[in-house]
Amino acid sequence: MKTPIQFQLNGEDVAAFVEGGANLLDTLREAVGDLSVKGGCWQGTCGTCTVLIDGSPRLSCITLAESVAGRSIETTAGLRRGADLHPLQSAFMERFAAQCGYCTPGMLMAAKALLDKNPNPTRENVVEAIGGNICRCTGYEPIINAVLDAARGDSRHRA
Amino acid sequence: MLEFRKDIFADERDDNLQEVGQPTQRQDMLGHVTGTSPYYDDHRFANLLHLKILRSPHAHARIRSIDDSAAARAPGVKRIIRAADVPVNLNTLLSLIQFGKDDEPSLATDVVRYKGEPILGIVATSERAALEALALVRVSYDQLPAVFDVEEALKPGAPSVNATYPKNTFEYYGKYDHQKVRFGDVEAAFKQADIVVEDRYQMSPIEHAPTETNGSIAVPDTNGRFIVYTSTQALFFSLDTSAKINAVQSNQLHFIGGTVGGGFGGKVDTLTEPLSILAARLTGAPVRYRFGRHEEMQFGSPRGAERIYIKDGVMKDGRIVARQARAYFDSGAYTRLSSYAVVKCAAHIPGPYTIPNVHADIYCVFTNRTPATAMRGFGVTALDFALECQMDKLATAVGMDPLEFRILNAYRDGDMKAHRREAKNCALIECAQVAAEKANWPLRDEFRRMSSRQGGTHERAGVADRTRTPILVPAAKPAPADGTDRTRPIVTPPVPAAPQRIAYERPAPPPPAGTAPPPPPPRSAPPPPPAPAGSTHGAARFSSVFGTRRR
Repeated sequence: MKTPIQFQLNGEDVAAFVEGGANLLDTLREAVGDLSVKGGCWQGTCGTCTVLIDGSPRLSCITLAESVAGRSIETTAGLRRGADLHPLQSAFMERFAAQCGYCTPGMLMAAKALLDKNPNPTRENVVEAIGGNICRCTGYEPIINAVLDAARGDSRHRA
Repeated sequence: MLEFRKDIFADERDDNLQEVGQPTQRQDMLGHVTGTSPYYDDHRFANLLHLKILRSPHAHARIRSIDDSAAARAPGVKRIIRAADVPVNLNTLLSLIQFGKDDEPSLATDVVRYKGEPILGIVATSERAALEALALVRVSYDQLPAVFDVEEALKPGAPSVNATYPKNTFEYYGKYDHQKVRFGDVEAAFKQADIVVEDRYQMSPIEHAPTETNGSIAVPDTNGRFIVYTSTQALFFSLDTSAKINAVQSNQLHFIGGTVGGGFGGKVDTLTEPLSILAARLTGAPVRYRFGRHEEMQFGSPRGAERIYIKDGVMKDGRIVARQARAYFDSGAYTRLSSYAVVKCAAHIPGPYTIPNVHADIYCVFTNRTPATAMRGFGVTALDFALECQMDKLATAVGMDPLEFRILNAYRDGDMKAHRREAKNCALIECAQVAAEKANWPLRDEFRRMSSRQGGTHERAGVADRTRTPILVPAAKPAPADGTDRTRPIVTPPVPAAPQRIAYERPAPPPPAGTAPPPPPPRSAPPPPPAPAGSTHGAARFSSVFGTRRR
């Protein structure tokens, strides 16, 4: 038995049929087709699957799909505006803030949630904001620096 | 910012590497920041099936019976894969290069040898259906005694872990139960050594924990082939291994990979592809076999545990004259790649230092733990941890600065290594000199003048050879400006510095034709020749001044 749900994804209305108990991660990837959201642990510990629900960072692997009906979801697929990158994306590129790239979408969404609420964060604010996201390649320094760059508007290709 | 020190490495290569030290954008970065990089699981297929694996809850047990009848009737189940379905159900990764015997089944037959070992697979229309069916499988076990410690596993009467290697040791060249290094005479050298330092080092297994877990999707193609999307770090290695286990020609498999969500060595073992391909063959449908995080931790190979015993003999003048080492690699229940790590370890027993008498025994040991594999320098990493701890202890024991102690003992060009390879293109001394300069670590002049190009010979640190003229240098060394003492005593009780410290100076070799090496340093050191980078450390004298290639 599947349930129909509707929500906004990156500003567009989308609909999906979901099984009872289906999580938002699988629903976005399998039912809606947004592959920018990655799964890392499927148990709410690594932060890789972070999306924004009504502007707040949430772990999509432990969010019931049915609970987002009528709400607004943001993912990395919606960061770009046409050909222009979001300042966070440009800063991540320039600061070598990704290596394997798998944690990057979750990092970007956690960082976006911070900058949307606090455009001038301290280093401590940034550390706190990405504190739930695990990176195994670059370490965290390039990522922290990239978020601070984006906040300062230092990013060369700023949109 | 990275620096390309051509003054050190110019004679290694002639090309002008403009990229070093310059920011260069990675070609895959745009995909990463836009979430469009194609990881294996970002390929979509209609009617995708899902493979999940029943795993052993015991570290060592005999399988008495398996009842999967209820699972076969469960909703969504398309196929149960049993050990008998695997065409070649015994393999070892390095058999592709004729190294080691096949010892690991894809699905256990009669005995499980570690917690997490695969027993049976279920292919179903969803991961959830496969997991719910797995819960219906009934397996009856007779538990067997298990062994988890490398030295316990080698004792008489220890449980035998691996049926292919019943003595719990990998077999080298068909007859040796460990790797040996024999160089010089350590016993004689220990008798002559002024100080002997002995210790035990140990490292636990380390999980790679890539954020993307291991996985693959096998898709039947229209021409009898299978397209395999995979997270592997070793595409052709995985292809050939999968072809062997499935008893198909390798040209029947088309592997697509290259975008890997973190690996660090943990994605070279071909853990998922053989069974996802088999499942696709048996069902005719695309099949995904993806590890959950718990599987990645329990079943995905870690870096293996190691235990290392080292005994070193050192002279008061700082020369290391003997090293005896005994090391044990915990391979877990099967070989995978630990046998190879042991070979690397054997070659690295002296570290980057010349030691004229070396005696080492290194074992690849089977225990009832998760099989170990590659991880970032495996075979060398734990040993280096042990060796460099040991180097600090030795330096303290003879009252030498730890960096000068390393420079004194570093390989020179022409030195004979313990495994009988001549040292070539050495640069440890120069690297240490540059590092010391950048860190404002004071080096005495004679150490700043030392060079990897001078003094190398396999006899240079012979114990009995007292004929070389040591030069005497003052014991007192200027304290760091901030008044702190950076040489912390590690050996207890710390051996006080000798009243006069003797540094070992090698006779200069005859100058090669067409070059003008600096003369052996007299008591009052001449100022070093000008360096291209404007620095005056010893490294500047090393190669760019001579403008010649070494060898």
